[in-house]
Amino acid sequence: MSRNPYVRPVSTTTWYMRHGRYKVYVLRELTSFLVMFYSFLTLVGLSALAASAERWDAFLASQQGTGMMVFHAVALFYFLFFQTFPWFKLAPKAMPVQVGEKKVPDNTIIIGHYVAWAVLSLFIFWLAGVL
Amino acid sequence: MGTRNIELEVMRYDPEKDKEPWFQTYTVPCLEDWVILDAINYVKDNLDTTLAYRWSCHMMVCGSCGMMVNGEPVLTCKTFVRELPDKVRIEPLENFPIERDLVVVLDDVMQKLHQVQPYIIRKDDPPAEDQEYIQTRGSLAKFKQLTMCINCMCCYAACPQYALNKDFIGPAALALAHRYNRDNRDQGKSDRLDILADHDGVWDCSFVGACSEVCPKHVDPAAAIQQMKVDGAVEFWKQKMGIPGDKS
Repeated sequence: MSRNPYVRPVSTTTWYMRHGRYKVYVLRELTSFLVMFYSFLTLVGLSALAASAERWDAFLASQQGTGMMVFHAVALFYFLFFQTFPWFKLAPKAMPVQVGEKKVPDNTIIIGHYVAWAVLSLFIFWLAGVL
Repeated sequence: MGTRNIELEVMRYDPEKDKEPWFQTYTVPCLEDWVILDAINYVKDNLDTTLAYRWSCHMMVCGSCGMMVNGEPVLTCKTFVRELPDKVRIEPLENFPIERDLVVVLDDVMQKLHQVQPYIIRKDDPPAEDQEYIQTRGSLAKFKQLTMCINCMCCYAACPQYALNKDFIGPAALALAHRYNRDNRDQGKSDRLDILADHDGVWDCSFVGACSEVCPKHVDPAAAIQQMKVDGAVEFWKQKMGIPGDKS
C-alpha cells in the first residue's frame, strides 16, 4: 500500500468566509481603519486649533453636517465598540492576575477596565470643560 | 429507548484509488445517548468495514477521535447526536493532509511539539538524592490549565493562521511551551525563546481565538499565546534597558 496524502486547498483570499467566527474576526480587524481615521481626524483638528480660531470653527462646522453626524454615530457606537468590548473581554486572557494561590476572577479584571475607561473619560470631559 | 435515523455524510478518500475526497452517506439508527463516535462505530461494525478513522478511549482522554462535525472541529466522543440535526457531515480535521478517509497526517504537529522542548530543562546540578524540586500550589496554579491538553489537534483544525501558514508553530505546541516556561522548576525559557519569538512563533498569531473556542479540554491556547507575547515584549525591553533577564 502506498501513501498519497490529500491536501485540501485553502483560499488565501476567501478563507474567512468558511466560518462565522472568522467573519467576526475580520470585521474586528477592519475596525482598525476607523481607529486610523480617528487618529487622522484628531491631527486635523489639532492643527486647525493651532492655526487660528477661524480654522477651528470651520473644522467644528465641518463635523456637524447630518452625514458626518450619522457617520460618527455609526463609527463610534458600533464599530469602535465592536473593537473595544471584545478587547476588554479578552484582557484577562492576556494579563491574568494571580494573588497567592488564587487567580483573580476574569470579571474583576474586565470590570476594572470599564471603570478605568469611565474614570479617564470623565477626566477628559472635565479637562474639556464639559463637566 | 427509541432510535432516530440520522444521515451521516462521511468524507471518504482512498489514496490508492481516489484523486480527491468524496462523500458517502450512511443512514444510522442512533440511540438517545449516542455520541457521533458511536454512530461512526455503527457504520464500521454494520454497514461498511472499509471506513478508516482513529479512536481509542471514548472518554475524552486519548485525544484521537477529533474530526470536523458539521464544520466544527470536535472530539466525536464528546459530541452528542441528540444535539445535532438529522443530517450530519463528518470530515477529517481541517488543515491536515488526509491519509485515508477520516485519518489525517499529524507528522507536522508532532515535529512542532518536539521542537518547543516540552520538558523540564535544568541549568544547574540535579538535586541530591534526598532532595527534590519544590513546587507550591500557587506556582502550579500558574500553568495547571495548560497541562490538560490531550493533543487532539482540534485547535490546529480551527486555526486560520495555521491553515494559511504551515510554518506557524500553532496553538497546542505554543501552549505547551508556555506551560514549561511558567513552571518554576524549569530553567529552559531562553532555550525556547528562539523558536517562540521567531516570526512563525507567537507573533504569527493574530488572536482570532478559534483555538480556545473549540478546545474540548478548556486549555485556552489563545490566552497562553497572548501571555507569551507580553512576556516576550517585557524581556525585549529588559534587554534594551540592560536589566538582567529571566533566571534562565
